[in-house]
Amino acid sequence: MDVVALSRLQFGLTALYHFLFIPLTLGLAVLLVIMEVVFVTTGKTIWRDMVKFWGVLFGINFAMGVATGITMEFQFGTNWAYYSHYVGDIFGAPLAIEGLMAFFLEATFVGMFFFGWDRLSKVQHLIVTVMVAVGTNLSALWILIANGWMQHPVGAKFSIATMSMQVSDFSAVLMNENAQDKFVHTAAAGYVVGSMFMLSISAIYLLMGRHRAIALRSMTVAASFGLASSLAVVSLGDASGFTIAHDQPMKMAAIEGMWQTEPAPASFNVVGLPDQADHVTRDALHIPWALGLIATHSTTTPILGIDQLVRQNALRVASGEQAYGALETLRATPTDAAALATFNAHEPDLGYGLLLKTIDPVVTDATPAQIQQAAWASVPPVATVFWSFRIMVGLGFYFIVLFATLFYRACTRKLDSARWLLYLTAYSLPLPWIAAELGWTTAEVGRQPWTIQGMLPTALSVSSVPAMNVAISIAAFVIAYSALFVVEMFLMVRTIRQGPGRTQEAPILIKNSPILPPASQPASQPAE
Amino acid sequence: MNEYAIFRVIWWAILGVLLIGLAVMDGFDLGAAMLSPIIGKTDSERRVVINTVGPVWEGNQVWLILGGGAIFAAWPMLYAVAFSGFYFAMLLLLLALILRPVGFKFRSKLPSTSWRNFWDGALFVGGLVPALVYGVAFGNVLQGVPFTFDNFLRITYSGTFLGLFNPFALLCGIVSVSMLMMHGGAYVACKTEGAIRARARHAAGIAAIVTIILFALAGVWAAHLNGYAVKSFAGTGAPSDMLAKSVTRVAGGLMANYRAVPITLAVPAIAFICALLTLLLLRRARRPGLTFITSGLTVAAIIGTAGVSLFPFLLPSSSNPSASLIVWDSSSGLLTLQIMLVATVIFLPLILLYTSWIYYVLRGPVTVAHIERNDHTVY
Repeated sequence: MDVVALSRLQFGLTALYHFLFIPLTLGLAVLLVIMEVVFVTTGKTIWRDMVKFWGVLFGINFAMGVATGITMEFQFGTNWAYYSHYVGDIFGAPLAIEGLMAFFLEATFVGMFFFGWDRLSKVQHLIVTVMVAVGTNLSALWILIANGWMQHPVGAKFSIATMSMQVSDFSAVLMNENAQDKFVHTAAAGYVVGSMFMLSISAIYLLMGRHRAIALRSMTVAASFGLASSLAVVSLGDASGFTIAHDQPMKMAAIEGMWQTEPAPASFNVVGLPDQADHVTRDALHIPWALGLIATHSTTTPILGIDQLVRQNALRVASGEQAYGALETLRATPTDAAALATFNAHEPDLGYGLLLKTIDPVVTDATPAQIQQAAWASVPPVATVFWSFRIMVGLGFYFIVLFATLFYRACTRKLDSARWLLYLTAYSLPLPWIAAELGWTTAEVGRQPWTIQGMLPTALSVSSVPAMNVAISIAAFVIAYSALFVVEMFLMVRTIRQGPGRTQEAPILIKNSPILPPASQPASQPAE
Repeated sequence: MNEYAIFRVIWWAILGVLLIGLAVMDGFDLGAAMLSPIIGKTDSERRVVINTVGPVWEGNQVWLILGGGAIFAAWPMLYAVAFSGFYFAMLLLLLALILRPVGFKFRSKLPSTSWRNFWDGALFVGGLVPALVYGVAFGNVLQGVPFTFDNFLRITYSGTFLGLFNPFALLCGIVSVSMLMMHGGAYVACKTEGAIRARARHAAGIAAIVTIILFALAGVWAAHLNGYAVKSFAGTGAPSDMLAKSVTRVAGGLMANYRAVPITLAVPAIAFICALLTLLLLRRARRPGLTFITSGLTVAAIIGTAGVSLFPFLLPSSSNPSASLIVWDSSSGLLTLQIMLVATVIFLPLILLYTSWIYYVLRGPVTVAHIERNDHTVY
């Protein structure tokens, strides 16, 4: 593999690994706030014990998220140096603000969350927990503003003198609707992960007949919060689809496996086998009209198929070739007026010209066949995106059904009367992680071959490091991260096995023992 | 000076503040992690040392993340060249940093002695390696590293991993290790009592002596190194194009600023004075809070010395000096610097405010009795 493939592999592996911890941090932080609010308002100590118990699991997960997050930040510099310089002006700013506004908040207060129980009043400790939750969510906001800009680069202008993108309108970067949709969708997905985590572990406790009081209350909180979140994640995902159809039509066509433009409103392929070589999706099962309605919220706006988008992109590649040639002239002779005029006319297509770079290093003497090849290179791996999206959406609807069922049973206080439901909940534990990872895959693989949509191809974004260096660092990360995963699982499983008892003082242990008759407390109304 | 130049200088200063913040705040965590197997004679004593930093190390580590983010945003080319050039050094740093959360969370979960000794070793490495890498990186920046650009500003880096560990850079690495051991010892002495405090003071005192001697040695050595001088450049307010200037190598170039503006000699002087004061206070066993401050000032002044020696260079190139990164041609655009300054001015004071509150809440020493009483909740 070359350095581009290896760098992508490493980024994908470390990002997917990092993203195992982040959604749980997001979701559990909010759930901890909810439980601690109940404790502070009702004064019932069982709620404090719940906060402490789930807090221990939160803490293990949080530390892993931070440790793997530093790798993500540094990796832009180590492996994507050309990208870092090309867009650091815009992309660096949200990362730095994330540090200033969010990381300090969450990381500083997370220590107090654990060590502050004896030193803080109830309300002070609640404030600490709120700060942790606010910090984690703000952190997600800023990283998704950065990511949203990669998907839909707004408010920036290319500068010939610095060979980089410069901010022209920072509020456009902040208000980028792609970023806003992504943030709410991803945060809600994190809440689903957190809810499922609490539900599944509580279900295991109920199946084992242990920690009933805590398990029932935890399930009630998580089922209601999870239901709201899973509804949000699907409807906000729909909003996200609407912006993708507008900003990234190629990604939308790939998600849909739609090679040819259909008359509006387009049908939706429920399942099918996309074939990248022959440009067809075989054995597709259609729902008439559905895609047109979802993607454009109208019955008359057509959605372009991959073939037509490639034809459009071929024109942009040819135009980008002009921009590239003019840029070369201007880098050598900045005063060349003719070159400047050519560059200004073709600048929006410069990125498409750069697509030629890996096909024809000279770029400016590209043949029509090479331009066609570059245009076809603008199509992401369709099958990966097609299937990632479908599994994610399918799981999203499953979560709504499961959480709604659990919520109904919590309201009627029948949570533990159906063992099949508890088993189903327990075994569903890994599903939201799968959905989240596939969501990342849909978004990021669907953006290929770009790091910055339409502006900077992935193949040009890498550092000029030997491929062997990247191979060695991948091996190092695989070994270290595997060891870390073993450690994390060991700690998690051990804490769950020990259960809430270890974190409690003696009198509460008695109050919380399984001898307590079921549902003797109003377990199903956490909000009162 | 034009507006762009003023913002570039401000961001040069903020870069310094962030690196000092990292060394002063996360530095004592690293120092404490290195010292815990040395000054903790029993398991409970080691836990005392670990728990002096237990509630705060995660917050302190954010100085590294913020430093990385701020370099990315304000000095994108420095970020690109340094991080990709120091590829394996960065990898080493990342892997060492992973040892810390695991070590903290894992160490005291099982009672076995060999288990705990293993994680004490891991924590020691997790403190030593970052401290060493930071210093070695500074040592290489001071000497210049081999990189250049093509016409589209794509970087070519021609150094090797082992080349980073040249004698001068290693000396800087050891200065960094001893300085952070001194600082960590001063912190542990603040937060403990009795025998542990006495041993922390003793260890910090030795580290202070080593720091003073090696810092002086590094200064003499640096005076004889080849430095760099900017012959011509596009202007302090010109767009950031690293290829629009000419730079030559000059003997003793790292001393040029001290010769031109003698008052800047105050920075290394403060480093020596504060290090000596730290040593004196440690010996006298008085005023642990003040000792921590003087030790922090020593750390700040040692980093400041490197910054003053380099200015206006951020990262000189040894293979093509004219491709060096200087303050006037490696920053991001004016608008980005302005936006980032607004964010910094709003949030940095807030960070200092709530961090101070945390330390206020956590005031008072960590004791063996406290550890044994809270066996399951502390690290």
